[in-house]
Amino acid sequence: MDISQSFAAAIGLILGGDPAFLAIVGLSLTVTLSAVAIAALIGLPLGALLALARFPGRGAVIVLVNALMGLPPVVAGLLVFLLLSRSGPLGPLGLLFTPTAMVAAQTLLVLPIVIAITRQLTEDLHGEYREHLASIGLTGISAIPTLLWDGRFALATAILAGFGRASAEVGAVLIVGGNIAGYTRTMTTAIALETSKGDLPLALGLGIVLILLTLAINAVTYGASRVGARFAG
Amino acid sequence: MRDTLSVLPLTVTDLVFAAGGRPLVDGIGFTLPKGGLTVLIGPNGSGKSLTLRLCHGLLTPTSGVVSWAAADGVVGGVKRHAMVFQKPVMLRRSARANMLHALAAFGLSRSERATRCAEALERFGLAGLAERPARLMSGGEQQRLAIARAWALRPQVLFLDEPTSQLDPGATRQIEEMLMALRGEGMTLVMATHDMGQARRLADRVLFLNRGRLGEDAAAAPFFAGPASPEARAFIAGDLVW
Ligand SMILES: Nc1ncnc2c1ncn2[C@@H]1O[C@H](COP(=O)(O)OP(=O)(O)O)[C@@H](O)[C@H]1O
Ligand SMILES: [Mg+2]
Repeated sequence: MDISQSFAAAIGLILGGDPAFLAIVGLSLTVTLSAVAIAALIGLPLGALLALARFPGRGAVIVLVNALMGLPPVVAGLLVFLLLSRSGPLGPLGLLFTPTAMVAAQTLLVLPIVIAITRQLTEDLHGEYREHLASIGLTGISAIPTLLWDGRFALATAILAGFGRASAEVGAVLIVGGNIAGYTRTMTTAIALETSKGDLPLALGLGIVLILLTLAINAVTYGASRVGARFAG
Repeated sequence: MRDTLSVLPLTVTDLVFAAGGRPLVDGIGFTLPKGGLTVLIGPNGSGKSLTLRLCHGLLTPTSGVVSWAAADGVVGGVKRHAMVFQKPVMLRRSARANMLHALAAFGLSRSERATRCAEALERFGLAGLAERPARLMSGGEQQRLAIARAWALRPQVLFLDEPTSQLDPGATRQIEEMLMALRGEGMTLVMATHDMGQARRLADRVLFLNRGRLGEDAAAAPFFAGPASPEARAFIAGDLVW
């Protein structure tokens, strides 16, 4: 099969609604969206708290969180693998090589992004709002809902960045998921495997879906920042 | 429903605020009775903004006392003094949402919030701008919204930190008229300004600050006719004292 034939076959896969193909796309989206949702649920309040709290070692925590934004996916995968492996502390749960393990690993990847960006945004916004909020009685953590709401468009961008990182990574899901066909095979792990096996149509088809996904994320990000700019003045 | 309990008089005694070992507000004392517009005047850096923030409770004094007739200026769980800043703090929301946010922070019921919001927007000529993102409004409109937002909280005392320093003469006049109307309704106003003309137009009483100290505390008419201290005389004459 030459390249153009592979392309035609890939398009056929995408448009044909092949169940195995759709299952891979579906699992990828489920895992990544779950990870992003969990990371947002934990990361938004934690980032805001880190912005407002003053405690010894705060600077070190901020540096650490910022550094973790660049955590290599394979290392995140390795950490979760060690936790979940049979001899690890969470081994008895039997979660290794399940979609749940993949969600955990991707959450670990996305969480620092959400915390770090939320911390920065909330801190800047708080600098601007602090006196007014204190004047109307919103001091300390009671200022957090206002800050998160007013930062919502920028925060959406942070969450989308996390989504982009998680949906593109292969190392973490490969290590803790095991790339089991029909169970833990995602778009990225399938591409890695099928390319090496020579099944170019499947790899290309999934690659095209990934690129479209990335485009969609960026379109939404752009839209969010445009709407946000309207309110930011 | 008139105010049965007043937070006034406000008594400020030996107020000191120091940073880096340097006293920036240095032993200020005065009593603020109910009513009238008191102007804090003085050159840049004389401590006007710090004094307002200390009175409003945004800063903790290094020493000295800010004492309200009701503890912290709170009556029945409601803070009865509000503040408007030099650069209006506008949330990234519509004008109406800015107003509703402050009312919600005061713990008011949904219906009470809606009533007060509509009332304040109407009174300050903002009804037509209610849905505009506040930060896209002009400087004058933003400051009007800031005053309306504070007014909706029904303060007995309103602190204003150079509310017109960034506005053009037209917007300034609008704000000044609003302040005179508020004073006419019995609200007690304390305003910092370094604008001599504005002080002359509005003040009932003048507190002249210089280098963190209270240089003079006088009724407006005698102060402008001839201040007692040489520093205040120099300031009035336009020779800023630093
Ligand atoms: N938080 C602060 N820490 C240190 N210095 C401050 C602080 N706030 C104000 N200052 C200084 O205190 C002096 C008085 O400030 P301010 O009250 O803002 O003056 P004014 O409002 O009369 O122009 C200025 O010299 C200013 O730089
Ligand atoms: Mg000032």
